[in-house]
Amino acid sequence: MGGRTTLGRLAKIVRSKNAGPFLFCVDMFFPDAASYQRVRASGVLTKEVVSGLYGVSREEIYGVFWSDTAMGIKVTILRRYPNGDPDARDVLSAQQHVPFLELEIP
Amino acid sequence: MAKEIVALAPTEIVGAGFSLESFERGLQANPDFIGCDAGSSDAGPFDLGSGETTSHDLRSIRRDLRVMLLAARARGIPLLIGSCGYAGGDPHIERYRRIVEEIAREENLHFRLAVIHAEQDKRFLLGKLREGRIKPLNPWGFTGESFGELSAATLERCERIVGCMGSEPYIEALDRGAEVILAGRSTDTSIFAALPLREGLSPGPVWHAAKILECAAAAVEKHGQPDCLMARIGEEHFVVEPPSPALRCTPLSVLSHMLYENPSPFHLYEPSGMLDTSAARYVAVGDRAVKVTGSRFVPAERYTVKLEGAEKVGYRAIFIGGIRDSLLLGQLEEWMEEALRTFRAKVRSAYGDAVSPEDYQVVLRTYGKDGVMGPLEPVTGLVPHEVGLIGEVVARDQELANSICYQLRYTFQHLHYGGFEGLVTNIAYPFAPLTIPVGPVYRFVLNHVVEPEDPLELFPMEIVEV
Repeated sequence: MGGRTTLGRLAKIVRSKNAGPFLFCVDMFFPDAASYQRVRASGVLTKEVVSGLYGVSREEIYGVFWSDTAMGIKVTILRRYPNGDPDARDVLSAQQHVPFLELEIP
Repeated sequence: MAKEIVALAPTEIVGAGFSLESFERGLQANPDFIGCDAGSSDAGPFDLGSGETTSHDLRSIRRDLRVMLLAARARGIPLLIGSCGYAGGDPHIERYRRIVEEIAREENLHFRLAVIHAEQDKRFLLGKLREGRIKPLNPWGFTGESFGELSAATLERCERIVGCMGSEPYIEALDRGAEVILAGRSTDTSIFAALPLREGLSPGPVWHAAKILECAAAAVEKHGQPDCLMARIGEEHFVVEPPSPALRCTPLSVLSHMLYENPSPFHLYEPSGMLDTSAARYVAVGDRAVKVTGSRFVPAERYTVKLEGAEKVGYRAIFIGGIRDSLLLGQLEEWMEEALRTFRAKVRSAYGDAVSPEDYQVVLRTYGKDGVMGPLEPVTGLVPHEVGLIGEVVARDQELANSICYQLRYTFQHLHYGGFEGLVTNIAYPFAPLTIPVGPVYRFVLNHVVEPEDPLELFPMEIVEV
């Protein structure tokens, strides 16, 4: 696999959902170990990068978790507004995964 | 022979529906109980704040409850329903109780019913607060109102507060001979963990199986329509399998579900401790079942109950419309800023000192441009060919919200833009009324745990013969 690609092209599923009223999480699953390991080994997916993608501070990221057995990544982030706040945009946090799709992976 | 408990979860949430054929197949496996989750905080704070059940439909709830109730009574096995009425407060559980009693009358069913309340009295909680028994639930070290020490003022502002019960109140109800349990707000897993724990099975596999069961067939490989899931829980393991032959669980699908709606992929916190799945092994059994071993449960040093509370923010009125004119779309941002300035001047002139800018809040959402992601939208600089505009006003009462939303809407409707002379009409409304009163707006405020005297203290129980 030469050249650069994006996380969206490598992954099988990238989805987002609430984790309680104050957090949301983005789950990413990969079709095979090679795609998953490519993302993992690239070192691109760090708290610093997530902080840039979502306009949040590093402290507002609960964690970037790697599950080698599930070939999955979970990123859990503080919601900008609590669920139900007039300024909030997505009750279920259903569509908050999009910034990851275009993340470049070498 | 080693002890085994068979659990049947008909669907992911009461009202979502399930296939009767799958359910019948599940019953043929002789389940020891039927369990179903009926609520969440997922759909936002409205149901908790208002006392209504809007997140799932009552007619659909009645259908699901009837099927479950008839099967449970015919087989003489317990039926456990948790987080009744979505938010799991007193009005919500009362709604479920009425439905269940009506079905019992119609079908001539007789059983011992336990109703377990989860709504919390503010004065009682204020006492707990004074005793230092309410603490922020903040393992993350976040800052902000919801993550700091709770103030009495924040508690007072809540419209309604519920505690998320663990499995202990369910176990108590079973001990008292309950055949049907309608419980208020619960952790999703407690519903499924109660009976196996009562039978003495070890907590690791029990809580892990409960986590996989709580969303029923959501843990299958290709999730389509909501459907049933069953688990056989043993001393050191559990096996999950969908009763429908058209569905299959794979090690990956079961493992993936552990991640769902959970901040951590390996750990799940319960009132009595923490489920740790980091060493769990998932192995396929045949083509459609998965056996899980190695799940651990670490008891907590202190028993804690999570609180959920909603405060009223105000009342909302909205307008919905589309903009299609490309000349206008090419200058949308400037035009919207101009419209907002004009609107604020009109509000000042219409209401004078009676309404200050602090009395209302305006939110504009432009779907087709950045309605979903807002300032985080990565795609910028494109001119969309069409935009859906939702204008929203939140004010202290509905009348004021409607009135200010009218001013907002009418300004957007006719404000001219560069390149167009004379009177223009900018908004394509899909329907009338053009200004839509939406009702009260709530916000989740509590992110705290209370340390009770014992696991039952916060959850009073009624036992009645139906």
